[in-house]
Formats: sequence, structure tokens, C-alpha cells
Amino acid sequence: MSVAVVNLSESSSNSTFKDYFDLFQLPKQFGIDRPSLDQAYLTIQQEVHPDRHAQASDAQKRRSLQMATYANTAYQTLKQPIKRGFYLCELLGLDAQLETNTAMPKAFLMQQMEWREAMDAARKQPEVLEQLQEEVARSLKDYIHQIAKQIDQEHQMNVALESLRAALFLERFLEEIDHRITALI
Amino acid sequence: MALLQIAEPGQTRNPHEKRIAIGIDLGTTNSLVASMKNSLPEVLHSDSGHHLLPSIIRYLPGGRTQAGFEALAQAVIDPKNTIVSVKRMMGRGLSDLTNASSLPYEFIDTPGMLKIQTVAGPKSPVEVSAEILARLRQIAEDSFDDEIEGAVITVPAYFDDAQRQATKDAAELAGIKVLRLLNEPTAAALAYGLDNASEGIYAIYDLGGGTFDISILRLSKGVFEVLSTGGDSALGGDDFDHALMQAVLDSAGITQLCAEDQRSLQLKCKTAKELLSTHPVVLIEQVFESGKAVQLSVSQEYFDELTQPLILRTMRAVKKAIKDAAVDSTDIQGVVMVGGATRIPAVQAAVRALFNKEPLNDLNPDEVVALGAARQADLLVGNKNKNDEWLLLDVIPLSLGVEMMGGLVEKIIPRNTPIPVARAQDFTTFKDGQTAMAIHVLQGERELAEDCRSLARFELRGIPPMVAGAARIRVTYQVDADGLLSVAAREEISGVASSINVKPSYGLADGDIARMLTEGFQSAAGDMQLRALREEQVDAQRLLEAVENSIAQDGALLSAAERLEIAAKMVELQELKQHSDQTEVIHAAITALSDATEEFAARRMNANIRKALTGKNLSEI
Repeated sequence: MSVAVVNLSESSSNSTFKDYFDLFQLPKQFGIDRPSLDQAYLTIQQEVHPDRHAQASDAQKRRSLQMATYANTAYQTLKQPIKRGFYLCELLGLDAQLETNTAMPKAFLMQQMEWREAMDAARKQPEVLEQLQEEVARSLKDYIHQIAKQIDQEHQMNVALESLRAALFLERFLEEIDHRITALI
Repeated sequence: MALLQIAEPGQTRNPHEKRIAIGIDLGTTNSLVASMKNSLPEVLHSDSGHHLLPSIIRYLPGGRTQAGFEALAQAVIDPKNTIVSVKRMMGRGLSDLTNASSLPYEFIDTPGMLKIQTVAGPKSPVEVSAEILARLRQIAEDSFDDEIEGAVITVPAYFDDAQRQATKDAAELAGIKVLRLLNEPTAAALAYGLDNASEGIYAIYDLGGGTFDISILRLSKGVFEVLSTGGDSALGGDDFDHALMQAVLDSAGITQLCAEDQRSLQLKCKTAKELLSTHPVVLIEQVFESGKAVQLSVSQEYFDELTQPLILRTMRAVKKAIKDAAVDSTDIQGVVMVGGATRIPAVQAAVRALFNKEPLNDLNPDEVVALGAARQADLLVGNKNKNDEWLLLDVIPLSLGVEMMGGLVEKIIPRNTPIPVARAQDFTTFKDGQTAMAIHVLQGERELAEDCRSLARFELRGIPPMVAGAARIRVTYQVDADGLLSVAAREEISGVASSINVKPSYGLADGDIARMLTEGFQSAAGDMQLRALREEQVDAQRLLEAVENSIAQDGALLSAAERLEIAAKMVELQELKQHSDQTEVIHAAITALSDATEEFAARRMNANIRKALTGKNLSEI
């Protein structure tokens, strides 16, 4: 690896594109058409990927690297519902307060504790852990549906933000269960 | 004195002439070089007619070297100076080698990468690899009787940053321009997919001499998208030989071997392993220097039993990769087998059982990686029409992170993230008035820094004194299309540029490369200067042509003033290219023109994205 002091000015690399939605020419909303997103992503990579500019000037190669990086970041953000939700909030000037605001509704926290205990109890039983995983995944799916409604129909961004934080919680919990299952296999 | 360019009769280069590019599979056991011939990839053979070059270098007194089969023939009588399987030592320190004691070399535990003491002095794995690469370059040059434009060099997908950087350094040392480092399974998928016009999800199971890779890819309409990758960069056919060797030693009750015995028994076990793929029973016989003789009859069943743990290790990695790809094993249309060790019947049986499918091995598992690399090299030097091009989208195999307080690792880029990728992380000061900060860059999946690979440690100095927590140091990790990491840092609030003091944990500093290059790698200093000048002139010509073409196509994106500025820089470069013999001056003019066109390049790329997505012409946007 190499280390250097440089100015990676992100803004100049994509001055033409207002945001990730604009890059892929998709409407700025939570509901997304996956095939359109996938297609737009591949079309853009066909244009900007460094392999397409291997014989170009250094300046063009630099630009190609920046744009391919930007397209990857944009795709990874819009592809995943929770990231997409937080990104929409960010575009509307809302602070996700992930570090500072950890307050959650009491019912949600109770449910979390219950699941956590279930996970600990099922330490050596992959089948039980898998059942729990399915249950949490269903709950996460419900949250995603709610978020879609809160953002696209009700335009209740602050409510959506709270749902997003809950969904992120669940996603991390799912990863934890996953780690435990993997360790058992 | 100005140099006049005079073409030899019959050697005038037509600008549309195909450029020669090669694909190199720098393997643990064998290396290959391939290129496109009549629009098909072909493995090039040496003077003696061999397709494979054993990855073996023997050092002779005075610095001369033997390579390939010539070195293999001496491997038993001169084990200390005959280096085999050097790939396993790339980017590695002595403490990383688990089997150092069973290797016949005299290791030197140098900081960063280990070295081997030979009759020709201490040699790093990078230097040994460079010798192999130089031989391959020679084979290609002889085959075309022409200069090679550049090479795609393959690396195991699971290689970390230190191993990749070491490979790139070795190529540079061998005088090869690296067009791209390409992951071996991705290269195999390319060769396989293009030959079979396949679509769908495929697994590439690549068990080479010293490394194991598993990649899950989606192939669709000319796009090869890696969904996940996994493996073990210290697991391969060599380990099957060692398992067999250990069984022989155990049966004879021997614990200590001299270097010659060790090498000789190792080669016998390798042959026995290969024979066992087609024979039910093989007899291993060895008479040691001490006069003690041993005989061991090995059946396929016994061999399978000995090597079962190795195969299980690969299966665990396969299961993890399938999970990471978020696909079901039933979604996988086919499993392509790559690498010589996939000839082992038990390996094939295990793959068949896991995927419930007959593994695909219609392309020679020894050659498929080099063939794919040759195709990619041909694409990268611009020999293809836009409509015939394909796209490889690869991922980073191991997470990148930074050490936090308490020795924990904070992941900045998780494994299997598509590359190129950049992520920034902000750091702040811990104490009032703190002016320096140490950053430790790590790669790996473990939670503790000491369990991950240390890539570099660097210090930020010159942070303006502030209260604790007020400074904002933004550290950006950028991984390029080769999977190589670069790190940039700046203090965001004061705007003061911080100085960075880097101590790469592995790999070579640029100064080392320069030293090795000047230490007389074949050519005298005068030749090198002339060569550098010529390369600069070629680069200048290429840039001028590229800019001219861009203006002809998209000149409308430039204002009159911008056009004039670029034109002035072009005239200047044209002038210097023809009349200057100073490499640095031409280089500066190239950089100046390149920089002057950066904004233009950006506008063109953005306009092309719009055009590709909407089907509109530039003028309509």
C-alpha cells in the first residue's frame, strides 16, 4: 500500500450529479426498481471502470478511478434499504443522530431483550438460532415496509428516522446471530 | 543531442496495429505466459517447447541464475540455493511461515519480508519472483520477436495487500509494465465464460500449488461480477505433499532431515501424489544420507485419509463464500475447477458432493488462468472494439481496518466490497494540545489488531494544538482496481496539511525497488536512460493522439479559452517530444497536458454516463 497526503475532493468528481439517484436517473424516493438500478449501475461501470481507461492519460485514469468508486458507493447505498433510507434523510438535511440518539421505544427494547435472551439460551443449537433469525428477519421486513410508507406516502421523515434506527438495530442483531451460527457449522 | 526517430524498414508501426500484451500466471509450482494469437488465447512455449515454467530459481556463485526445468534438475543436489514455491513467501515475514523448519533454506528474518541466504547473497521473495517473471517476459519476447506492451499478472483472490504489492514490485523489477493485477478465479471465469458463452451464477474452485481460492460470480451479458470470494493463501497442493511426507517420516521414525534428504523426499511425495490420481496404490522408497532406507506403500484410501483435513478446510471456505454471496448452493449453475491439485479424486468428490453437480474441467486446469489473463491483457491495451468488450467487477477479499484504543480493530472497508472503493473515517485527538497521531492500518477479519495483518503504521504530525476531541483528521482508504490500498490523510478543520511518516510493515519502499533496479538487473545504466527516454516519447505520442481524438469527438464540451489552453500545451509537448532528450522535461510536459485535460475528461465521462443511460446525444444534454 502507499500513503500520501492528498486532497481527495469528492465534490469535483461528480459535480454534474446532484446525488446518487440523479446518477442512476432514478426518482428520489424510498421505493426503488431493483432491475432498473442494477441495469443503470452496470451501464455506468461500462463507461467509467478503470479497465475502460487503461490506455488513457493519468488525469483520465484518476477521474475514472474516482467515478468508478463513486458509482460503487452509490450502488451499495441505494441497493440496501436501510442505507437508502438514511441517505434520503441525509439529502433532506436530517441528522441521523446514530451516535447521540440511542433512545428507542420501550416495547422495542423489551422485544430486543427477549430475543437476546433467546439467542444466549440457544448457544449450541443452530436450528433454534435459525428459527430466531427468521423471526427477526420477518420483523425487519415489516419495518422496511413501514419505512417505505412513512417516507414515500406520509412524508413523515422524523418518524421514518426512528424506524430506520430500529431497523439498523435489527440488522446488526441478525449479523450477530449469523456469526454464532457460522461458528457452530 | 536530439534523437531522431527512424523506423527500420518494414518495422513502421501502424497506429491500428495490434499491441502485444501478455497474461502471466505466476504460480506456486509452475508459471505460464499466454497471449492472443489469431483472436484466441494461447499459452506460449519456451525454446525447449515447454508450456509450463517450473517456478524454481537456482542461484549460482557470482549471481548467475538457472530457472525452470534447469533449476528443477538441481533442486536435490543444491536445495539451499534452489528456491521453490517462493509464492508462499511473498509479502511474508519469517514468523508467518508455519513450516519454516521443514524447508531447506537459510532464512534471514529481516523486518517486513523475510530473505533467503544464497551463494549469491541474500534474496527476497520479490527478487526471486522477478527472476521467474523475467524468464516469462523473455519467452514472450522471443515468441513475438517484439517488445511487450504490458502484462496482466494474476494473483490469488485471497492475497492481501502486502502479497499483491510484492507481486507488483516483482514485475516492476523484471521490467514488466503491469496493466492489471487480476484475481486468478476471475481470470479463470473469464476464460471459461467467454469460451462457453455461459450465463448465470458460477463457482470457481481454485486449488493451486500453494494457495486456495473460491469465488462466486454472476455472468451476464459480458459482465463478470464477483459476488464473493474466500480462501486460504497458505493452502495448496504443496500441503498434500507435506502430509504424505510426514506420514513417510512417521513410519520410519525419523524426525530430523538434512536439506538434501528433505528436498528429495518432498519431490518423491509430489510425484506419488500425482500418480495416486490415476493409480490405486503407489510405493514411496527413499534411502537417506544416513544409509537408512524406508518404504511406504500408499493407497488412495490412505492418502484421502491423510489429506481429509486439508479438503475440509477448503469446504469450509466454500460454504462461507456461498453464504457471503447471498445465494443458495442450488442457484449455482456450475463449478469450474482450476489448479493442478483439483486433479486429486478426493477433491473432485468433495466438490461434487457439496454442489450436487459434476465439476466442470473442460479447460486445462493448469492453463485456464493464464488464458483468461491473456484475454484481459488484450482488452486493456485496446485491441477490442467497444461492442466486443466485457467488464470484470471484482471485490476486496479481506476487510481493511484501523487499530483503535485497546488493540481492537475498527473495520473501514468490509470484505467482499466491490472495487474500486473509497471510505473515509474521521479521527480526533485524545488529549488537549495533541499534535501527533499514530495510525495502524490492518487487514483481516479478526477482532484484535494482533490477529490481523499489519499493512502499515504511520504518524500524522503537525496537527495544530486544540482541545481534546476538536481536531478532525479524515483518513481515506482507497482500494484501486488491482485491489491495492492507498491511504490519504488531512486535518479538516485547520486545513493544515499534516506530514506523514510511513513505516510499511510489509512490502518494499520505493527506494528499495530503485536500488534493485540499478543494482544491474541485466542492463547498464546508459541503456536504461535511453529506454526511459524512448518510453517517455511513446507516452507523449499516445497522449497527444488521445487528446486529439477526444477534441474531435467532444470538443463542444470545451470553451474557446479552454481549447486554446489545451492546444498550447499540446504544441509544447509535441515540440519537446521531437527535440528534447531530457526524460524529465518531457515527463513534465506530459503531466502538464494531462492535468490541463482533467476537467475535460471529467465532463466527457459524465456526459457519456448521461448518454448511456438516456440514449441522448451530447448536444441534447
